[in-house]
Amino acid sequence: MTVTAPAPVTSAVPEIKAAKRRNPARFAILIALLVLLLLVVAPLLVVVLNAVKSPADYAGNGPLSLPSHLYWDGIINFWNRVNFGQKLWNSFISSIVVAVLGVVLSILNSYALGIGKVKGRVWFLVFFLVANVLPQEVLVYPLYYLSKQVGLYDNLISVVIIFTVIQSAFGTYLLTSVYAEFPTELLDAAAVDGAGKWRTLWRVVVPVSRPTLGVLFTFFFIWTWNEFFLPLVFLISNDNQTVPVALGVLQGDRLMDATTTSASALLGILPAMLFFVIFQRTLTRGITAGAIK
Amino acid sequence: MTGPRAAAERAAARLTTKKGRNQMAGKRASRGGGYAVYLIPGVIASLAIIVVPLIMTVYTSFTKWNGVGDQKWIGFDNYTRLFHDTLFWQSFGHIILLILAMAVVPTLLGLFLAAVLFDYIAKHFSNRWASLFRSGFYLPQVIPVAVTGIVWGWILHPEYGALNKILESIGLSGLAKNWLGDENYALYSVMAIMIWFQLGYPIVMFMSGLQRIDPSLYEAADLDGATWWQRFRKITVYMIRPEFYVVLVTTTIAALKIFGPIFVLTRGGPSNSTIVPSYFAYKNFFEKAQVGYGSAISTVLTVLIILLAILFLRLQNRAEKAGA
Repeated sequence: MTVTAPAPVTSAVPEIKAAKRRNPARFAILIALLVLLLLVVAPLLVVVLNAVKSPADYAGNGPLSLPSHLYWDGIINFWNRVNFGQKLWNSFISSIVVAVLGVVLSILNSYALGIGKVKGRVWFLVFFLVANVLPQEVLVYPLYYLSKQVGLYDNLISVVIIFTVIQSAFGTYLLTSVYAEFPTELLDAAAVDGAGKWRTLWRVVVPVSRPTLGVLFTFFFIWTWNEFFLPLVFLISNDNQTVPVALGVLQGDRLMDATTTSASALLGILPAMLFFVIFQRTLTRGITAGAIK
Repeated sequence: MTGPRAAAERAAARLTTKKGRNQMAGKRASRGGGYAVYLIPGVIASLAIIVVPLIMTVYTSFTKWNGVGDQKWIGFDNYTRLFHDTLFWQSFGHIILLILAMAVVPTLLGLFLAAVLFDYIAKHFSNRWASLFRSGFYLPQVIPVAVTGIVWGWILHPEYGALNKILESIGLSGLAKNWLGDENYALYSVMAIMIWFQLGYPIVMFMSGLQRIDPSLYEAADLDGATWWQRFRKITVYMIRPEFYVVLVTTTIAALKIFGPIFVLTRGGPSNSTIVPSYFAYKNFFEKAQVGYGSAISTVLTVLIILLAILFLRLQNRAEKAGA
């Protein structure tokens, strides 16, 4: 694939010539990039390699040898010891609830700001922008204190509420700029048909903006899944921990030998990889969404 | 995953100009009242989760408080103490190095790699190769930061870590180190890990930005006999400025906020050689029960981040105007 578009002959000819001339350099560049890629991916490959290796095999042959046989006990033992199924469930349920509620809250805010153009909308937007860049450290202690007062400390509900609001600050921001460009004709048509604001929102605005909402949902889910700081502070008992917290606090534990550590890391990587594969298209679309108009 | 925050930064840039504000919020006449009611849940939630805690933290930063009992108003004492605390200055010094590792290096390296992938690999090999590389470089970004900490903590472990074993096996055991446990090397090890972690984000952002560039610009440059490096400097870098600012601001803010990697890799140690403001605040909140002091640290951090965000947005705006 040297020339993608049917280019005029005059420009295509020198290009082909140049490509031929640079032939050895071409592969040198490709190989350099492959080496770099290997360096980036290597840590993850080493983890996979050692997660299925027996401790004796590791001690004998080191971290880079292929496992002499597939050894699943490390993973199984770790799973049972930390009750990993429970952590997965905690992460999953909190992320999915945050994603749903966060999107709903973003829709409501953006409907008022982007389409309704309520008074003072610029200040609301400035507020959501600032909320977006705030470090969680500046909110954490009062939230910790207040959650204890209302009996929600060490409870997934507190984490769900907090992240719903934090994520929707970003969602409101993105969605308001999308809704500000929402086709007026559609809104007018709905009004002519006698639809009220509530009906217009759910029957017209939401269906039309479904792609953006999908992107938001994906982000909220993955961000919440990967969150570490606030869950670390809020979820202290074993039964309430999420996957990142459970793995993070085990780091440096005396019971963690090399292969068990690899096994635990693999268990943390797998769900993330799964989401990456499932959501990849949405993600690539979304990362660039709104970045450039 | 700092990535998609970029969209918000872009929108924010538009807010800082009058024209942009009108574009975003004005343009069309108001559709009449009755919409404000939709803001009620959002306003109540934001008040409870963001505004009230923020005010509480700022207030607490002027008090002495151990988390229980009464708060004692002490004025600016926490701040005076902060500015005389070498640990505080140390933690901000580390942040400067981390900005280098999390923002500057990945942005520059990412720009170069994105241009090579887009303009060379995609053209001379295929798009499939280019997107394979892109996904590969992006991979570290999708893994939870706690897992990143485990992976690297284990690879760099002094006794059983993979890196030292590799060095030994190729006869370079003299280079083997306690990478994260030696105060002379810990911060550099963290920096290297953060470059690994961040690199994919600028690549993805820049590659999407490059798609906007009119191919005829490159063809014209080719006809004029421009070398690849000349085209990179005069066309690619010039056209990609909007993404450049977005990436720089989001990664810099991420560096200022860094907590997870530090917690799982080093917990600020050894002997505070990797302490950062957010971990410093965390320790004061939850380990030392010096809530007032912790609040002062996080307040300073917050002010810095907001100032930096405004500064970047201004710069970005000016650059965009100059380009228009």
